[in-house]
Amino acid sequence: MAVDLESPSNYITTRLRQAVNWGRKYSLWPLPFGVACCAIEFMSTVSSYNDISRFGAELVRFSPRQSDLLIIAGTISYKQAPILKTIYEQMAEPKWVIAMGVCASSGGFYNNYSTLQGADRVIPVDMYVAGCPPTPENLLYSLTLIQERVEKEGLVPSSVRHAGRVQS
Amino acid sequence: MSQKLVERLQREFGDEILAVASHRGDESVTVAPANLPKVLAHLKDAEGCEQLSDVVGVDYPDRDERFEVLYLLRSWRNKHRIQVRVPVAEDQPVPTVSGLYRSADWHEREVFDLFGVPFSGHPDLRRILCHHQFEGHALRKDYPIEQGQECTRPENLFTDADIARAAQRATNLVTRVGDAADEVHPSDLLTVNIGPSHPATHGALRAELLLDGETIIEARTEIGYIHRCFEKEAEDHTWAEVMPYTDRLNYCSAMLNNSIYASAVEKLIGIEATPRCQGIRVIVSELSRIIDHLVCVCANLVDIGALTNYWYLYNVRESIYESLEKLCGSRLTTNYARIGGMSHDLYPGFADEIRHKLGELDRGVTDVMKLVARNRIFLDRTSGVGAISQADALSWGYTGPCLRATGLAYDLRKEAPYWGYETYDFEIPTGTDGDTHDRIMVRMAEMVQSRSIVMQALDRLPSGPVDVDDARVILPPKAEVYGSIEGVMNQFKLIYEGIRVPAGEGYGFGEGANGELGFFCISDGTGHPYRMKVRPPCFPIFSSYAEMIQGGMIPDAIAVLGSLNIIAGELDR
Ligand code: SF4
Repeated sequence: MAVDLESPSNYITTRLRQAVNWGRKYSLWPLPFGVACCAIEFMSTVSSYNDISRFGAELVRFSPRQSDLLIIAGTISYKQAPILKTIYEQMAEPKWVIAMGVCASSGGFYNNYSTLQGADRVIPVDMYVAGCPPTPENLLYSLTLIQERVEKEGLVPSSVRHAGRVQS
Repeated sequence: MSQKLVERLQREFGDEILAVASHRGDESVTVAPANLPKVLAHLKDAEGCEQLSDVVGVDYPDRDERFEVLYLLRSWRNKHRIQVRVPVAEDQPVPTVSGLYRSADWHEREVFDLFGVPFSGHPDLRRILCHHQFEGHALRKDYPIEQGQECTRPENLFTDADIARAAQRATNLVTRVGDAADEVHPSDLLTVNIGPSHPATHGALRAELLLDGETIIEARTEIGYIHRCFEKEAEDHTWAEVMPYTDRLNYCSAMLNNSIYASAVEKLIGIEATPRCQGIRVIVSELSRIIDHLVCVCANLVDIGALTNYWYLYNVRESIYESLEKLCGSRLTTNYARIGGMSHDLYPGFADEIRHKLGELDRGVTDVMKLVARNRIFLDRTSGVGAISQADALSWGYTGPCLRATGLAYDLRKEAPYWGYETYDFEIPTGTDGDTHDRIMVRMAEMVQSRSIVMQALDRLPSGPVDVDDARVILPPKAEVYGSIEGVMNQFKLIYEGIRVPAGEGYGFGEGANGELGFFCISDGTGHPYRMKVRPPCFPIFSSYAEMIQGGMIPDAIAVLGSLNIIAGELDR
């Protein structure tokens, strides 16, 4: 990036990709797919003490059409799986996914007939956050890692980025 | 009292009472399926058992009559409890009692879903926790715990016929007598889903609504979205290993679940926690109750647009969490109680810290009361909304704050005191109308009472050991484990084989944040539970939700839902 403050028309030269990603990085709009205990810690993360808005991600949106960061907070059951998939598909490009907590990451200590063994069996996941539940600090850290990733992102849609990454 | 009740039943029904049993204070009678409705009707009408607390299924594959269905009944008026057992063979139907007790509807569906016991005459016998494409019955002993089954699409809760019927009802609603019919066509009704992923559900629940304009003509609810198989997992683990799973039932008040679970197992073993342990349980349980009520009230107020209150109350919670984290290493999933004690004692300085933090609670509660108590918008949004009568509430199986909001001062801490609750000085706040407003206000008032209990408990916490002195349940001190062969063996056996709970059954219960939280445990004498049934307070409460919101508006439905405090972890287990 170059900045010219001398010439009368003050201009900045940059790459489109960088400018766009800079904007995206600081305005992630999370959609909390809050289904269990982890959702309570997500609530703590947005509350004033931990204050997720320091990272520009405080605009929590419950409509998939308006958000670009899906935070899966809780245990995904087989019954829930098709709904999670629909919601992911409804989100517009580009989009990122955090699996918050061990349940969303791998089923956690629920290895049983009702629990999906990880959200990545139905949708692609960018970041796995350890913890049961992860502390708010932990979740915020993963948010910053997503931001780093956003910064380096090309302008290709996530369906291309994620191609072939869904297990099962 | 219950003893005499059993005798009276025997006198009344003679040979139709096939057997009576009594174990550690739980009385039960056995009857044939055909006689069940008769006996329950008698218990309800003549013996004052207003409430069916739970229906428990048990699978005994070796018996001729493979299943046993247990009905747990309770009377607050006469202060007695009784269990009615019905042995049934595979595929043999049990007559439904959903006409007698409204709460039976969902309880019976659950037994049908997990055990495959059919209930004849049931109005809507469908699966409830497992998804609609699931095959087999998960809690049967021959169903492998790890065998998952995929679900490809959500279930439609309304058929075309349902919608047509609802349209007819809507027509009747809008047409005044004498007018030409102002017909509502089925296609005029709008189907809207609230949940399973919706901000107002605070967890995974689903309500499907048929709307005429903004009016809810008909509602149906579906649960089971975070069914995590607590009961099956319990059978797969040792008694002590179940403890962390209890954290995740009502995850807003984990320590309460921990402590009540520990007490339930202690009851079955026949030991009693030490005075200090009981004191600690009271303290952490009341703190949990405060946190639970804080979260509920905050979320409820946010739902009706009063966002500021969230910031006032949530910070108090955050600050109490800090102390709990210091105490047991985790904020939410505490895993603090142990069978026969606690995982460790309070840390030095705990008491002063908590006293200080409860001061913050006072401020938060006062601030919020100032904002809402006489706030016109708040009153309009909550007064008279989602009201339920006392009789209905009892029949639906309501307990806890939602029942007390109807004006009934019923609290297990007073009715059947445990952990020395009878020695504390506190009141039971009640409401009058059983509406959303009263439910919120009862919770606000309960926080003040819980605060006072914690203060009293901190002031007079007895010294002495925390754990019972019993090598059958408590792990030996580390020095013994490393220094003596008995110590090693004892540790090894307790960890690998689990605590040997003597064979028998017992129902242990306490006043959870949402109402009666009970654990019905069956032991076959090994280190693992044979069957563990949780009586989650919000399960029966949520079963009434669909009926409560019918005829109202969507925003009311949201306000009501928040005030019922449905915690999905506990609801679906
Ligand atoms: S990871 Fe732990 S805290 Fe999070 S949903 Fe799963 S059990 Fe609950």
